[in-house]
Amino acid sequence: MSTTKPLKTLGEDVWRSKMEKVSGELFVLTYGSIVTQLVRDFNQDYAKVNEHLEKMGYNIGTRLIEEFLAKSQMGRCRDFRETGEAIAKVGFKMFLNLVPTVANLSADGRSFSLVFDENPLAEFVELPDDAKRPAGTVVVAPSSSSATGGAAATAGGSAGAAATPLWFSNVLCGVVRGCLEMMQLQVEAYWVSDVLHGDDINEMRVTLIKVLEDEVPAGED
Amino acid sequence: MFLGLWIINKAGGLIFQRDFGESLARLSTNDYLVLAGTFHSVHAIASRISPVPGSSGIETLETDTFTLTCHQTPTGIKFLVVTSPGHANIAGLVRQVYDLYADYVMKNPFYTPEMPVRCEQFDANLLKLVKAVN
Repeated sequence: MSTTKPLKTLGEDVWRSKMEKVSGELFVLTYGSIVTQLVRDFNQDYAKVNEHLEKMGYNIGTRLIEEFLAKSQMGRCRDFRETGEAIAKVGFKMFLNLVPTVANLSADGRSFSLVFDENPLAEFVELPDDAKRPAGTVVVAPSSSSATGGAAATAGGSAGAAATPLWFSNVLCGVVRGCLEMMQLQVEAYWVSDVLHGDDINEMRVTLIKVLEDEVPAGED
Repeated sequence: MFLGLWIINKAGGLIFQRDFGESLARLSTNDYLVLAGTFHSVHAIASRISPVPGSSGIETLETDTFTLTCHQTPTGIKFLVVTSPGHANIAGLVRQVYDLYADYVMKNPFYTPEMPVRCEQFDANLLKLVKAVN
């Protein structure tokens, strides 16, 4: 059931006609209280909070994909770049009325960035200083930093600017990962910059790790 | 007439089966499971042995007494919709069923994906859909 409509129009049509709307304020307040509760539960261990938010997002994503497919009636994307466009123009539009830009496509086509000009989840948020990323630090992918991150944690480092910063909207990374895994694409999604840390834009990097070949449904090659 | 709905998970297990009306013969639970598994396999085999490369699995099965339409989602779930022959707009019906599944089954946080569907709201809304269609 693929459509020949351009993605942007499809996203707008589905958003306008098929999606139930709720109060944005209620949504962001609920999300904010979830994050602060997690911070309290994990005693300001922001690495754990990030991980938990991502896990929650993953669970949401694995379920949300069915609604995405049912309402948008999209078929398969031809390449990973098109996947990024579909996520940005249709997915995010449908559920959050946001359209991030797809940017920084890597040379091998296995990586792209989603750049959000605005982030409604964080509209009223100000992070405490110890949750922010110090200016000038470079963000590496969690998979490559997990070894060093683990060492730093067990060395008894207390929460300070040197520890992991809090990625407030990390749930969105989980949602992207969950949705794509149900489409047989194993990806890694993480934030590289966040306005709450003082950067200009919110940028999420999505990298394809591998295609889960043995899970592809019969007849789709 | 919308006669019946089967939902098969990624592994070929039957997770939902409901007949609407009296026209479909009742089988034992085990028979339904076996049939679902068989269909899952035959669906896959059909896409392989098709003379046309890049074919999908079985999409429609038409007989004198019923039409079976199979919609496989990109996530691997199959919706088997059984209708009377000559039922109009089966595609629309399938879409509505998929919408109901996305809403009342997937959004139920206590429902584990790939497990048998035991969601009252799904049943209730499905019956409403059946009444509207029939």
